[in-house]
Amino acid sequence: MWRNSVHGWGLPSILLHWLSAVLVVSLFVLGWWMTGLGYYDRWYQLAPWWHKSLGLALLGLTLLRLAWRLSQPTPEAHGVSWERMLAHAGHGLLYVLLLTVMISGYLISTAEGQGISVFGAFEVPALLSGLPRQATLAGEVHWYAAWALIVLAVGHTLAAIKHHILDRRDTLRRMWWPGGSRRQ
Amino acid sequence: MFSKSLLKTVTGAALGAAVLLPMAQANAADYKIDSEGQHAFIEFKISHLGYSYVLGSFEDFTGTFSYDADAPEEASANVEIDVNSLDSHHAERDKHILSDDFLDASQYPTATFESTGFESTGDGEGELTGDLTLHGQTQSITIDVEHIGGGDDPWGDYRDGFEGETTLTLSDFGIDTSKLGPMASTVDMYLVVEGIRQ
Repeated sequence: MWRNSVHGWGLPSILLHWLSAVLVVSLFVLGWWMTGLGYYDRWYQLAPWWHKSLGLALLGLTLLRLAWRLSQPTPEAHGVSWERMLAHAGHGLLYVLLLTVMISGYLISTAEGQGISVFGAFEVPALLSGLPRQATLAGEVHWYAAWALIVLAVGHTLAAIKHHILDRRDTLRRMWWPGGSRRQ
Repeated sequence: MFSKSLLKTVTGAALGAAVLLPMAQANAADYKIDSEGQHAFIEFKISHLGYSYVLGSFEDFTGTFSYDADAPEEASANVEIDVNSLDSHHAERDKHILSDDFLDASQYPTATFESTGFESTGDGEGELTGDLTLHGQTQSITIDVEHIGGGDDPWGDYRDGFEGETTLTLSDFGIDTSKLGPMASTVDMYLVVEGIRQ
């Protein structure tokens, strides 16, 4: 139920996975929309506030998720050997891109030493600031890494569906029900 | 004392480097703007909504000027500004100002000012005209300058200081601020330049 096994995911991993998925897609859409807002738009100040708060919340969740994942067994990968290798590399890249997007976003707002408010509840301080053109360069990394993450997430989704439907494995079910399913 | 003249420049961006007509006249002295000691400032002020102002500065620039109290009309100045050094004390705003929405600093990282003439109006004041290149576009601007003071400094050099003011119309440089409202169409520049005689 709680812990991962070679047959399936525990509840914490499942919840963290889907919460991350929802947040990643929401943040991407929100980020896309808010960067096109005009200066006089009602949401010009509020949309970035939500984007930054949610992004830092996701960063916290992701660190928790990585710690949990590394301390737990990983369910066996599906597919033939090249698919498993690709899946392994893809999952690693998803984590790398997640961290790259969130850290680069953090480095934009903290480029001149200001912290970032998280839902107005507390402030994450700037740890690295004053680098040459920091906000601009971090912004470019944020943009491209976010796109790469979305593209890879789509590939990740298609691969899972392929395993489930074409290979007739329990790929989708085991990411939904804790402990794996009977369908092998 | 030096009666007039000054040099300096401005722009939302530019002060520059350079050398100036050194041999134009016998008494002309060449000065290097004291960028290292941070005794020079390029500051800007632009309306925010018509209710207040945003203030900021360009932190990194280099420049030289030539100045002769006896022949102020010979004064000249050249300044080169690192546009990316813009600082309005808010990282996200600076990023936006430097983006291609406004200054497009990736494409145009440097702004320059090269003086083309100086007209003394007496009492240590005058009008310095020159070409300001900002956002890849060059326009002639006029800076009202005033000699603040000059003399030996405590560390063995000789210094002269000037302040200058000008107002830039941003659309002249192809910078579109219409989305910020009509009150943001111009930016006031304030310059303080201290030079060390070479």
